[in-house]
This record gives sequence, C-alpha cells and structure tokens, in this order.
Amino acid sequence: MRRHSLQHDSKGRLHHLLTIEGLKRQQIVDILDTAESFISVGDRQVRKVPLLRGKTVVNLFFEASTRTLTTFELAAKRLSADVLKININTSATVKGESLLDMLHNLEAMQCDMFVVRHADSGAAHLIARHVAPHVSVINAGDGSHAHPTQALLDMFTIRRWKGEFAPLTVAIVGDIKHSRVARSLIHALTTLGISELRVVAPKTLIPAAVESLGVHVIHDLDAGLRGADVVIMLRLQKERMQGAMLPSEAEYFSTYGLTEEKLALAKPDAIVMHPGPINRGVEIASPVADGPQSVILEQVSNGIAVRMAVMSMTLGRAPAEGEGA
Amino acid sequence: MPEPVTEQDDIEQLIRQMADDLRTKLEAARVRDALMVGIHTGGLWVAERLHTLLSLEQPLGELDISFYRDDFSRIGMNPQVRPSRLPVSVAERHIVLVDDILHTGRTIRAAMNELFDYGRPAAITLAVLGERSGRELPIQADVVGRHFDLGEHEHVKLSGPDPLQLSIVEAP
Repeated sequence: MRRHSLQHDSKGRLHHLLTIEGLKRQQIVDILDTAESFISVGDRQVRKVPLLRGKTVVNLFFEASTRTLTTFELAAKRLSADVLKININTSATVKGESLLDMLHNLEAMQCDMFVVRHADSGAAHLIARHVAPHVSVINAGDGSHAHPTQALLDMFTIRRWKGEFAPLTVAIVGDIKHSRVARSLIHALTTLGISELRVVAPKTLIPAAVESLGVHVIHDLDAGLRGADVVIMLRLQKERMQGAMLPSEAEYFSTYGLTEEKLALAKPDAIVMHPGPINRGVEIASPVADGPQSVILEQVSNGIAVRMAVMSMTLGRAPAEGEGA
Repeated sequence: MPEPVTEQDDIEQLIRQMADDLRTKLEAARVRDALMVGIHTGGLWVAERLHTLLSLEQPLGELDISFYRDDFSRIGMNPQVRPSRLPVSVAERHIVLVDDILHTGRTIRAAMNELFDYGRPAAITLAVLGERSGRELPIQADVVGRHFDLGEHEHVKLSGPDPLQLSIVEAP
C-alpha cells in the first residue's frame, strides 16, 4: 500500500493523519477553517461540544511530551470524548508484549482513535496499517519524520496573523536535519504556496537534497532573516545528535541564535514562532521569546483548536464501504 | 429550477408580520434587552431583517449548530462549519431564536443545546419564517411567518440572502 493513500479512505477523506505529504491544499484549508470554529469554544462557559461523545481516544506516547500530550488530551475532552493515557514505561510492552498485540487489546476494548508519539520514524504508519477499519490514527510525532498537527497549528497561527499565504516569505531556522516539525512545515508551506521558503542552518544541520522540496537553503542567519514575514525557530535537538555536529551551544547561539538585533533584519511586523520547548540562550534569546513579536504561547492555544478539528474530521466521517461504524 | 412559492414582496411582508408578532409577545412578557440569535444560514438571513425591524439594542448573534447535530456519526463533519458568535452573555437573558424552516425540530434542539453551553438563558422564544408538518420532537414555534402543507417528499427551501425566496422542492 502506498503511504499517501494510507491516510485517506476510499472517498478521499482523511481517515488517519500521519503526514502532511499527500494532503491537498483544500484539505489543509478545510482543517484550518474547522479549527477557526473551535476557537470560540474555549471562550464559553461550557468549554465542550458533544461531537465525540461516546468515543474513546487513546494517547499512546512512547516518548516524553508535555505540550503535545496535554493539548491532545484537552482537545479530545473539549470534544466530549473519553481519553485514556497509556503510560508506556509501565505498560506491557516492557513485559515483552508486542506493540501490535497491545493495540489489538485496546481495540477489543472498543477504542476509536490512537494518538501516537514514537521515537521511530514510521511508527504511526505501522499502527495505521494494522488497526481495525473504524479506528483512526493521529501521528503526534514520529522520530525525525513528521509532526503534522504541529505544522497545521503553525499554519493556523500564520493565517491568523498574516491572512494570505501567497505573498509570504518564511524562514525556518535551526536544526532542520533532526526536526520532524521542519519536514512537516516544509510540506505544508509548499502545498499552501508561499512566495519564498528559506531554511537557515549550518551545513551539518541541513538534510541532504532538501532543495528538491522547493526550499531555498541559506547558511547565513542575517541573509536568511532579511525581509522575512515569519521566522520559525527550531529547537536544537541535542538528544538526537550523535558526534560532533556542533562546536558548542554558546557558539551556536552567536551564529544562529535569534536576538533582538538579528530579528530587526526581518520585516517590522514579522512574527516569531517556535514549536517548543525552547532552549533559551541556545536558539533564541529570552527578550525575543517573550517579546512583542513572539506568538509562541498563542501557538500552544491554537494547538487545541487545530487538534479538535483533526480529531472531529477523522472520526466524523460517514463510514466508507468496508468500514463498520 | 424549483418554482418559487412566494414573491419577494410577500416574504418581506411575512417578516414584517413576524416582527409585529414578536414585538407584541416581548412587550406582553415585559422582556427588555432581548438577544436575537439566527441559525446559519437561512435563519440568520431572516434574523438580520427582524433585528433591523425591531431595532434591538443588542447586536445579532449567530449559531452554527454543526458541532451539536445528532446525526454527526451518520453523516459526518460539515466541512463548511462557521464559528458561532454570541456578542453578549446569554445567562439570565431572554433569547429570540430565529430559523428559516421548522420541520423535524432537530435543528432547534441542537441550537438550544448549544445556547445552554454559553450559559443559562432566562427564556427562549422561537420565531420561524416557515413551518411544516413532520415534527419528530416536541418543539413548536412561538412566531410563525407561514404554514406549509406539504407531501411526504416535498421540502420547502429558503434561498437568499438577497432576494429571499421560498421554493418547494421534490426530494426522495
């Protein structure tokens, strides 16, 4: 089975969300539009809608996460779903039960959705290939492969600030090589169609053949920032690095860290984004992270609405042929 | 093309009559500061006209009931969902809920469920441009523009926003 088709059902609707790759422009826009409607739910007296009442969502996090796990849990709860969090360290996988055996057991307990975070690239795809037809799988980050909901919430945040995508120049700065967020962002931004997409990093942190994705590779931070509308800083993935890819954190900050002086090179109304958690003084200076151009905390709030949209759209499909309800 | 059953002037006349009925009802119940809420899409068109005719003080609210539909698991997510907007708190306020056609009553149930998630209204008055047979829930309108006697496979549909037109369409 081809990877692209795995996340769509026979009618072309989103069944799983595993990667941004293969999503059509309109599909991304539909998700952003739906998320827009969910924003107001957070402002009401009852912060819940009954859409997924009676559905069970399982958060399978094989890798540490606070923001993503919490916002997925909040999103599911605001949709009235029941949420189960499997603590992988104490679960049966350590007793030698295979991942797929565990999944089939959870399915036997009538769960409807798995939200999966795993250190191995392709883990969510593997799970999606083996679940029962009515179950949806959402990739909450797999290795250095993809983090589609992060990219979608970033698109949502950009659209709220900038309106149209077409005229924008976006700079993604930092550890492109190890970042699943970068990969998903590149696919999302090129699918939506922006004026210029730059990736800015030292040679050691740029993946091979990244130009083929339609990005402009720049090694000099000043050149990368000049005239940008949106600056997305990435976390230095210290835990994913082996060997001497970088001289030192201090030296990295002096050449690639975003300071107020550097940010002044971008457009005056440029916004600064970061998927978190931020390494203050490594890729971004505190006055920038906490400054007026930073939308970092807004990204977190928007993540709830965007995840609500993805969950309700994947679970809220009329059953296609061959799928039980 | 479905045949229009009312001319443009007739609809504006129906809505004026509804506004008069509503004014009488609200005055009789000594309601001040009512909040009018239109249900997307047709109900909002009717509500916009009523809101102007009644010169209500509070801005018009709008509801998209997509997140409250009882057939969500059967027909899925509406891709054209719009945000609901209630400009002021509904708590302890008199709500005038406006829809285009009252048929099964399920839309009104969903709308009331959504309203209650914004707070506890003092009361809800329901005004509809058209009403037809086929109720599946015990829900009735307080103000009705026009009654329709329709066959089992007939539906009445409002198109708009300008001009508003009611048509009867055949659907299986």
